[in-house]
Amino acid sequence: MLLDANAGHYQDDDELVPAAEPHAAHAPSDAAVETQADLSAEIEAIGEAYARALKDGAPPETQPRLDFAPYRSSILRHPTKSLHHADPETIELYSPAFGHQDVHALESDLTIQHNGEPQGERIIVQGKVLDGDGRPVAGQLVEIWQANAAGRYIHKRDQHPAPLDPNFTGVGRCITGPDGSYRFTTIKPGAYPWKNHLNAWRPAHIHFSMFGTDFTQRIVTQMYFPGDQLFPLDPIYQSIVDQDARDRLVAKYDHELTSPEWALGYNWDIVLSGSKRTWTENEAFGDAGDEE
Amino acid sequence: MSKLIPTPGQTVGPFYGYALPFNKDNELLAPGSAGSIRLQGTVYDGAGDAIPDAILEIWQPDAEGKVVQRTGSLVRDGYTFTGWGRAAVGHSGVFTFTTVNPGPTEAGAAPFISVAVFARGLMNRLFTRIYLPENEEALAADPLLSSLDPERRSTLIARRDADGGLTWDLRLQGGNETVFLDFERVESASQ
Ligand SMILES: [Fe+2]
Repeated sequence: MLLDANAGHYQDDDELVPAAEPHAAHAPSDAAVETQADLSAEIEAIGEAYARALKDGAPPETQPRLDFAPYRSSILRHPTKSLHHADPETIELYSPAFGHQDVHALESDLTIQHNGEPQGERIIVQGKVLDGDGRPVAGQLVEIWQANAAGRYIHKRDQHPAPLDPNFTGVGRCITGPDGSYRFTTIKPGAYPWKNHLNAWRPAHIHFSMFGTDFTQRIVTQMYFPGDQLFPLDPIYQSIVDQDARDRLVAKYDHELTSPEWALGYNWDIVLSGSKRTWTENEAFGDAGDEE
Repeated sequence: MSKLIPTPGQTVGPFYGYALPFNKDNELLAPGSAGSIRLQGTVYDGAGDAIPDAILEIWQPDAEGKVVQRTGSLVRDGYTFTGWGRAAVGHSGVFTFTTVNPGPTEAGAAPFISVAVFARGLMNRLFTRIYLPENEEALAADPLLSSLDPERRSTLIARRDADGGLTWDLRLQGGNETVFLDFERVESASQ
């Protein structure tokens, strides 16, 4: 398609092109000479240094490190100056409003977007979006994207020689309920290889994007599945050096949520940072949002 | 209520391109409509190279300085200004928005646009601000800008283009690294 090179927003069609040469991508590239053992040693050393710091009384870390060299792409992409403390002002104390005008109810079911049933293990992922004070974040936008059951994204830069699924796109959206709840029906994503180092594999995950009541609460993260054997090997998961913090990204299997003869259930709550706004009684339950 | 510990962020990764962008995501109002301006810039890494896999969001008051709370950002009707937009950079690292000059939210306040940036290789989203270059007096009195040394301060102020648009580049790392903000009162442990 003919486009102004600056018009970055027209990526949609552009990205929906399956890789033409699946086998070309199969041979490990020469650039990836570092092995998992090299990377694991680096990850372990950072983990040990953190454990020592904790023992010496440092506070537990709750977010990923921006400077985490085992994820090679981060080396030139993290700020080297410390983040500057600022008190949020005006616009930052509010979030954009989303509503049912923005998102169709069917967008939360990723298994019904095509004519046929997608391949793989059908799952329900459900939970709540809460702010740092435990207040439900009502009427807000949740977006997800993920690989298919074989570990392949519908994205032209995904060269993994695993099959695309004509019945699965892997994109969903919903608006949280009055109690902050969200719910998606989807397919359990597969693990997939990437080029960070030789034999690098991402644990199965679903990308999540959420808004709070304040723009300062904006978060994009990844939800993982319990018991994944790839956790200790993955530089992205390990960029969160604290085990309790990592555990907050792992969904819990929930048999009560499992739907008989239909889908396995996983529960995952998201806690945003605290709201900095001064809340009035009326505001506390999402007057912003769906008025139309 | 007890304070809960927030869920960690993670990188947006390389494959958001078929999920996060949507039709007219970067058009807070229709290009060419009355009062509309172009806001553009390039995202650079620590080597000074433009990066092709970053995605930005802006959130701003309207031209009168009012914080807008209207739905309809994802399915734009062409005339409702919602104050929020999203733009993935193109292959050359350039992003473009069509928006309005934000107004001051209080008399005498320096108008600014709030920005969240996400990228492959960036472990967690970063926040920053884009200030309008006019009104020196308001800029001088701004609490954030006045807490920065002049060199760093300039990374938050856009240039006014001849056609009335704004240009503002974002540098994730390096000599004139953009100032990124931490809004948490507790000392952040993320560094
Ligand atoms: Fe992914």
